[in-house]
Amino acid sequence: MNSDPAKNKFVFTADSLKKKFRLSEFLSEKIITSVAFLSIAVIILIFIFVFRESLPAFRPRAKHNIEKTASAGNKPESYGGETTGTQQKPESYTGAEPATKENKPEAYGIVKDTALTTEVKNVDGNLVSSENNNDEGSLSSLFSNEWYPVSDNPRYGLIPLFIGTLKVTLIAMLFAVPIAILAALFSSAFAPPWLREWIKPAIELLAGFPSVVIGFFALMVMATVFQNFFGYETRLNSFVGGAAMALAAIPIIFTITEDALTAIPATYKEASLALGASRWQTAVFVTLPAATPGIFAAVLLGVGRVFGETMIALMATGNAALSSLNPFESVRTLAATIGAEMAEVVFGDMHYGILFLIGSILFIFNFSLNALAEFYIKGKLVRKIQGR
Amino acid sequence: MRLKNKLIGGAIVTSSAISVVLIIAVIVIILVVTIIGGKDKLSWEFLTSFPKEGMMEGGIFPAIYGTVLLVIIMSIAAVPFGTITAIYLSEYAHEKSWLAQTIRFAVRTLATVPSIIFGLFGLGFFIKFVGVGMDNWFLGGQLRWAQPNLLWGSLTMALLTLPVVIVSVEEAIRTVPMELREASLALGATKWQTIWKVVIPGSISGIMTGTILAVSRGAGEVAPILFTGAAYYLATLPTSVSDQFMNLGYHIYVMSTQSSNVDQTLPIQFATTLVLLMLTFTLNFTAVLIRSRLRRRVK
Amino acid sequence: MKEAKIITRDLTLHYSQKMALNSINIQIPEKEVTAFIGPSGCGKSTFLRCLNRMNDLIPNVHIKGEILIDGLNIYQKKIDVVNLRKKIGMVFQKSNPFAKSIFENVAYGPRINGINNMKLLTGIVERSLKNAAIWDEVKDRMHDSALGLSGGQQQRLCIARTLAVEPEIILMDEPASALDPISTGKIEELIFELKKNYTIVIVTHNMQQAARVSDFTAFFYLGELIEHGKTRKIFTAPDNKQTEEYITGRFG
Repeated sequence: MNSDPAKNKFVFTADSLKKKFRLSEFLSEKIITSVAFLSIAVIILIFIFVFRESLPAFRPRAKHNIEKTASAGNKPESYGGETTGTQQKPESYTGAEPATKENKPEAYGIVKDTALTTEVKNVDGNLVSSENNNDEGSLSSLFSNEWYPVSDNPRYGLIPLFIGTLKVTLIAMLFAVPIAILAALFSSAFAPPWLREWIKPAIELLAGFPSVVIGFFALMVMATVFQNFFGYETRLNSFVGGAAMALAAIPIIFTITEDALTAIPATYKEASLALGASRWQTAVFVTLPAATPGIFAAVLLGVGRVFGETMIALMATGNAALSSLNPFESVRTLAATIGAEMAEVVFGDMHYGILFLIGSILFIFNFSLNALAEFYIKGKLVRKIQGR
Repeated sequence: MRLKNKLIGGAIVTSSAISVVLIIAVIVIILVVTIIGGKDKLSWEFLTSFPKEGMMEGGIFPAIYGTVLLVIIMSIAAVPFGTITAIYLSEYAHEKSWLAQTIRFAVRTLATVPSIIFGLFGLGFFIKFVGVGMDNWFLGGQLRWAQPNLLWGSLTMALLTLPVVIVSVEEAIRTVPMELREASLALGATKWQTIWKVVIPGSISGIMTGTILAVSRGAGEVAPILFTGAAYYLATLPTSVSDQFMNLGYHIYVMSTQSSNVDQTLPIQFATTLVLLMLTFTLNFTAVLIRSRLRRRVK
Repeated sequence: MKEAKIITRDLTLHYSQKMALNSINIQIPEKEVTAFIGPSGCGKSTFLRCLNRMNDLIPNVHIKGEILIDGLNIYQKKIDVVNLRKKIGMVFQKSNPFAKSIFENVAYGPRINGINNMKLLTGIVERSLKNAAIWDEVKDRMHDSALGLSGGQQQRLCIARTLAVEPEIILMDEPASALDPISTGKIEELIFELKKNYTIVIVTHNMQQAARVSDFTAFFYLGELIEHGKTRKIFTAPDNKQTEEYITGRFG
């Protein structure tokens, strides 16, 4: 207790209140700030390393450890005969294919006796040189219509992959956008408050379903049901794949649209109602248009989600790199290509690089979409509310 | 005219209500179908025994084990980093500063990067850069770390779930009222003391929510581990982080797309899907529960 | 006449461009109760927060002038704000106990200062709760959550929490405005006891409370100090016309 008057006088002194350096404060601030940089660092690192590994597409790395088999009379091996034929056939998981998945740990950099090399023999059958001589030709195939990465003349035409991705995305959006926006409209404008408390978390549960589960459902149930209902030939195609992808996109579009709709100030709605408009007229002609930037952002993010979705594509789209515009034919999406083929490539060769190139494209696309949704939409939204 | 308006209105309200019902119906159908398809195979033995007869028989224990290990290591990596970043954003950063805006943008971008890209990053960075470096530096070039394994798979997954943790924790930190911070500072506590003794204890529920949601995603995502560590069949359980691992989601994927005898393995596929779905479902449900209790506290 | 504990010289405060305090010059005597009165938004709370440098927490605040405590300018460069705040306690308008037990709330300050010995802490906590006139009400539930107390009890708990760090000055920002009359009465009794050992500055919008509780009163209006003097004088024969109009309720 402050009972000693003489003591009091000297408590507030320059000395006792001198600025103190606290190590724990200093350290904690520095460490916390540095850790926060991590998220920026990760994005930058992703940029760097995904792009870095695409370089082999343009200049494959030297393969130090391909064993040269100098056996006489070897003709160049090729995958051509066996797989090219089946490569482009739509997959149907009716159990006809033998289990081909490698059972031992995958290791990159260890010899695979694939035949991307052409062995040049002289007359006696002795090995003169062994090199991958398909690269210069195949890079130009990027813009071709053929995706045959494993054959004696590999072609890396990205067009069918793009077409496949676009088909699936379009179909997914055709399903997802109306359903999600209408559901968001109901939740924000027509549902009583108690119901809204239930709808939002319920739909968020769908967001919690792993995409492999949705893919499984599409593969096992949806594919059969759709085929019986619509009567088309190929069981796994962009239509059923797109419909399944819609399930993944709906929660995102719903949540953001619902937020956008409820963020519209009550004064807008009240003004409309005071003029005699009914609830639905207010919702459709006032609230919905006012929330357009947010809805646009929601759709963009939905597109981004579907564009890069891998598991559903792998399981439900048929995995055939076809360029047709028919929605009921199998497709191969960009993401699925990476997922399916990355495990089988030789590290550092052109195929590997092309897959990373596809990854880079996906990354840039998503990044731009996100940036667009952020800056443009936010800018428009702010301007709109300010009345400009 | 009145009638036409009413009809249109009715149509709009009805169609929007139907949309909601449709979505809920799909959720229910997926659940029901999975339960019907998998309930027979589901048993204690199924969950605790190894696969036999080339995956035709037996259980999925190693897949569960691998998934659990993955999720644990992932959380050890993601939760502290995510929490610290959230603390920075809410306690140290000046809102309008360039740094804070950039970090937030980075977090939002990370949240929308396709999961397969994380797999590519795991391959190109962790395996092919860090792993190669580790092998060269510590093992003189011997091959141990420059290949897919539990460590790289978990770290890759941790990057994927980092935004989830950051967002949840930050939301919780913001529910701690300014008055409590002021009370602490007015008593002569330093900033860090205030954070450690008042803010963090007050945001525990948010840290829990973030962790649970991250765990749920980590358990269910497959694309990031397709080539960073998951395997379909391993004879033994992983004993070190440099081993590969089995995984529920990966198991479902491979079995359903490459199984040689569909009739026999179909029940196993459904049962495995059921296990995964129940797992993620419960985790998400718990997290949502904690979160809504948190939000109600603020009101 | 007791010496001035706190002296301010030309204290001016701006929020961005807006001026909130205009050249305040005041002397606050030691171990007395000084009340700040004035209509809403006149700057009295802002000025109070200057005394323990809580306004440092607000961005875009610019402060000019000096505040001398025991002759030491607390706004000079080399002052350790954290230690300063240990010697000046603050009780807020709305009670803000931590979401911890009653014991831990009061022990918070001493723990911050490095005291972790349970015996010492128990002694300090008991003493502080007694001095805050709330010991009898909580002595049997020291480890229950502080949030279970009533509004008035919470506020006295906050006072106990402040006392536990042994400050010399206690600042109170409308401490009873959210409380019922009985709790308010208890707080006012408490203030009367506390001033024996602490210099107290209290902001209040309740003039009667100021008249009851304080020895000196300062009247603020629109960021300026209009008049300051013994409470008796201010309330019966103020020098300034504005003061008189406020006291008699002509505006406010």
